[in-house]
Amino acid sequence: MSFSIRKSLYPGLNLGEGHGDDHLEAETSVFGFWVFMMSDLVTFGMFFAVFATTVPLACCPGPKELFNLGSVALQTAFLLASSLTSGMAILTLKQQHASRSASTKKLIFWLLLTVLLGCGFLYREISDFIAMAAAGGPPTRSGYLSALWSLVGLHGLHVTGGLVWCLVIVAGILVRGVDLRWKLTLLRWAVFWHFLDVVWIAIFSFVFLGGLL
Amino acid sequence: MIDPSTNLAIAESFLQPMGPVAADQLRHLKIVTLLTLIAVVPVMVSMPWILWRYRRSKPTGEYRPNWESNRILECLMWGVPIAVVALIGVNLAIMTFRLDPYKEMGKDPLQVQAIGLDWKWIFIYPKEGVALVDELVVPEGRAVELTLTTDTVMQSLQISAIVGQIYAMPAMTTKLNFLAVKQGEAKGMNSQFTGKEFWKQKFQVYSVSKEEYAARMKKAQSSDLALTADTYAILAMQGTSEEAKKPLAIENRQGPIEMVLGDPKIFQRVLARYMVDDMTPESQPGSPSYDPKKSPLPMVSYKPMMGMEM
Amino acid sequence: MLDAIFGRLTWDSIILVQAVENPNINTIITASAAAMMPVGGVMIVALLTWMKWWKPLFEWLTSVDHKKIGTMYIIFAVIMLFRGVVEGMLMRANQAVGLDGGFLSSNHFNQLFTTHGTNMIFFVAMPFLFGLINIVVPLQIGARDVAFPRLNQISLGLTAAGGFLFMISLMVGEFSTGGWTGYPSFTGRLVNPGVGPDYYILAIAISGIGSTLTGVNFSVTIYKLRTAGMSFMRMPLFTWTALCTSILLIFAMPPLTACCAMLGLDRFLGFHFFTNDMGGNLMNFINLFWMFGHPEVYILVLPAFGVMSEIASTYSGKRLYGYTSIVAATMCIAVLSFTVWLHHFFTMGQSATVNAAFGVATLLIAIPTGVKIYDWLATLWGGRIRFTAPMIYLCGFFVLFTIGGLSGVVLASPTLDYQLHNSQFLVAHFHNVIIPGVLFGILAGIHIWFPKIYGFRLVEGLSRITAFLWAIGFILAFMPLYQTGLMGMTRRTVAYEDPALVPWMVVSGIGSLILGLAFLFILLTILVSVLNRKKLMVPFGDPWDGRSLEWATPAPTPEWNFAVLPKVECRDAFADAKAKGTAYQPIGKYDDIEMPANTYYGFIIMVMASGLGFGLVWHMWWLAIASLLGAIATAITYAFMPQKQYIIPAAEVREIDEAWRRAAREGTGVTRDDECKEANKGLAIPATITNP
Repeated sequence: MSFSIRKSLYPGLNLGEGHGDDHLEAETSVFGFWVFMMSDLVTFGMFFAVFATTVPLACCPGPKELFNLGSVALQTAFLLASSLTSGMAILTLKQQHASRSASTKKLIFWLLLTVLLGCGFLYREISDFIAMAAAGGPPTRSGYLSALWSLVGLHGLHVTGGLVWCLVIVAGILVRGVDLRWKLTLLRWAVFWHFLDVVWIAIFSFVFLGGLL
Repeated sequence: MIDPSTNLAIAESFLQPMGPVAADQLRHLKIVTLLTLIAVVPVMVSMPWILWRYRRSKPTGEYRPNWESNRILECLMWGVPIAVVALIGVNLAIMTFRLDPYKEMGKDPLQVQAIGLDWKWIFIYPKEGVALVDELVVPEGRAVELTLTTDTVMQSLQISAIVGQIYAMPAMTTKLNFLAVKQGEAKGMNSQFTGKEFWKQKFQVYSVSKEEYAARMKKAQSSDLALTADTYAILAMQGTSEEAKKPLAIENRQGPIEMVLGDPKIFQRVLARYMVDDMTPESQPGSPSYDPKKSPLPMVSYKPMMGMEM
Repeated sequence: MLDAIFGRLTWDSIILVQAVENPNINTIITASAAAMMPVGGVMIVALLTWMKWWKPLFEWLTSVDHKKIGTMYIIFAVIMLFRGVVEGMLMRANQAVGLDGGFLSSNHFNQLFTTHGTNMIFFVAMPFLFGLINIVVPLQIGARDVAFPRLNQISLGLTAAGGFLFMISLMVGEFSTGGWTGYPSFTGRLVNPGVGPDYYILAIAISGIGSTLTGVNFSVTIYKLRTAGMSFMRMPLFTWTALCTSILLIFAMPPLTACCAMLGLDRFLGFHFFTNDMGGNLMNFINLFWMFGHPEVYILVLPAFGVMSEIASTYSGKRLYGYTSIVAATMCIAVLSFTVWLHHFFTMGQSATVNAAFGVATLLIAIPTGVKIYDWLATLWGGRIRFTAPMIYLCGFFVLFTIGGLSGVVLASPTLDYQLHNSQFLVAHFHNVIIPGVLFGILAGIHIWFPKIYGFRLVEGLSRITAFLWAIGFILAFMPLYQTGLMGMTRRTVAYEDPALVPWMVVSGIGSLILGLAFLFILLTILVSVLNRKKLMVPFGDPWDGRSLEWATPAPTPEWNFAVLPKVECRDAFADAKAKGTAYQPIGKYDDIEMPANTYYGFIIMVMASGLGFGLVWHMWWLAIASLLGAIATAITYAFMPQKQYIIPAAEVREIDEAWRRAAREGTGVTRDDECKEANKGLAIPATITNP
């Protein structure tokens, strides 16, 4: 296929050295994923909007009884750190040199570290959910709790998806090496992973901090 | 248009207004239509003319295949719709504020509460201590403030000949202010689809003289039926008001159901039921497994939290 | 054990069984509709086997060619249109005799208006437009395919899966009775515990995800795959509207997905998003639904506007008047469409300030829409107008859509909405914009681009009759509803008490018969055209003296679209080339063409999505989980499998392309006098030269 791109390429195309015309394909692929992320952002926006319209009922536990800010801070730390390590992975991709196997090892190291941090995040999040349910705040209790669980849960579901995706990429690299398709997949995954960070910051600020202040 | 005197005894729509709101709405409809015609008529007139003038078989106008823009025409094309929309927009805003259903139509309006059920309306007159089912009696010339809620799915109460409609929603209240300036009968209805016998959910509105209004209230006050949590639970069963007569053991009685208001807080209790605990299929009116015996109204007195006055 | 396997599916859920056990007019009507599917299915299987068409069918189902995918969308839409028209006729017939009760049961009628609306929006109008966009846009921008051909196939698969769920509800169980808007708490689990609302949620959510992906795919296609020189302001208008529609899809579909997901959580897991109790708020659903629903109106109508632009300039043989104005107006409409959703519920009790603001915002949309209509009229001015079928649709559109606009301005006023909301006036209004707007655009578009893809024209006479039938049928069926609406008749009413409504309802019923006839005429047109295809062939590919790039290819268009990607120097590139005499000139150098090979992932995703939906509806959890895991496994496998391409050698392309160019240079074209005659082989003598 040929593409009619002449200028203004997406600056985040870290394909490494000597990639020939690959950036043309990458441009369309990554741009398409960005567009999809915009759509996903609207989905999150809708869950945010519904959450914003609900108020904790007097009869059921609210933020004060349910939120564990220490744990949420820890989750935030995990996710931010994982964003950093995913960024390191992409940088490794960019700086791929002749010594392929060494840099591939480095790449896989950063990716697995990201997965580990992501799992840490999920572990804390699920523990918090269990604690909330035990404290009388399951999502079936009230409209506020439904909106809370769904918004945070939707993000958690995205994180789970991102982790599975990352593991698939790692497996793929082990099987087939760092070819163009895995590079493109990695670039899109990186966009996805950073996006989840941004959404989490919003959740952290509006839902958790906003709920307690 | 239908002439009420020849065709219909009952005013069914705002084409035969019985009050200032409906009359304003009818006038507004005419004004909006006329204003919009300013933009529409040119299309209707010029289209056949252009088609005729430039028909390929026998054209009379000059062929200009590369003509694609004209500044004056462009200004007209944008200018006329903008001007028309500006006119209509101002008119629209003025009318929206003037006919705001929350705005009282006069001093000390008659307070009536309406509860929408499947497929009937209960109208409660708290001061008079009266409840009517599918019948709304208002004194001519006195402002009325209707406060609405529903105890099933969302409904929309409309009395076309007097006032428009407003949604009634569970656990919330909305308001409809109106005034009837003519004596007579009008049709009221629920216009929001609510299931099987939705189309039968109509009620009669009587605009009557002060004396007759007092007489009607007196008659209802002497009824042997009382609106309490128990009779309410029976009324809340699915069915029209006629069908509700049997479980109320008044199946031989003619005319609409008239009741004494046994529990003056009934409206508030209906609102409150959604804030206390989970509804079950048995306790939710409108559900197919609704059971009047298992549908207690809470005793709390309750101020609506989610009133719609934004 | 059986409960674990079949969930809540029982023997009695099957409609045919119901009809045998309890025969009455309602069960018989639904059962005969249900029976059409297995009977039709057997007939199709027999036909495929008899004609040995299994292999070609498989080729089609696994194809990633945008033209074939577009065709499949349109076939799907035509089948669904049949169902929609029959439902409409049933409802109109019922209301024609509906004084104090028609012949249909209330439950049956309520399902009919729900399925009719859901069907016409999600499974007729959208697939029709996606089909047209698929077929036309890559050709108009000079591309060989869309940006993500395999994703395109998956979008089709998801749309088909939604359609499958929707159709299967006709045979097993029942559909929702809550209207196409599906407002809770009527569709909540307390009031409506049955399978109907679950079918509704899942059918539209699954096809909605497909639509989101279509939006992503086409916006990227138009942004990134335009050929050299095709700047934004040189794009044909249909492509512009397709771009706006794609952008709307990206932003408007998520609210639908979100509100379906929330309603699903309420129904399946007992959440409290939209319940009556415990802080649930049904107003949130209504807001989310219309945040999707209003842009949806423009998702549908903008591409139809695009078709109207193409008709106005092509069939009057001149440039489009006010290109810049129309583009600006289209963008205005797209942006404004997100700011007016509240006008669908002016009567929900919000303050006058809010209502007034949204009322005025709604009026603003009338400005760009009006401008577009004036621009098209001005396009005809100074032209040489040919009254072919598309032009008839355009004229019908001018008159009828303008009336629809007028009633739209009426309904934009909150004051009047208090009277006319939920009334037949509203029903008349939206049919008045959707039939003359969207449907006329689609039918005209099919008439225009049919020869491009299949190589032969549709017979002109029958097409014109079809156009007139749609217009007359529409007028008779829906104009009376304006009057009944003013008289206070509500929508969604199985019966009514006021005898004054009867004559209007009878006229409307007659109109619906004509609309049914109009549908049959579409099929007849296609049938007669196929039988006469030899005479209607247009191998040179330019039957209408077209103006944009798609006409610069042979008909049917080869799989690679363009042998060499064209260069564009102005608007109406092909008209310009014809005028300068540079069309059909030989090309020096040909390259090998690389095309994506067929894949069956879209098909697998369709099966998995259908299984997921069906499993959820009937609480067959094993099926739902297996399908979901299957879909994920498919996606992962896909990432590991090589993406196959196949190469078409330059020599082969050269041979075919040069033969076509040579024949076109040496052939003698036809003037527009012979446009609808056998002599029209798709080679046009430009109108600019021959017009009087």
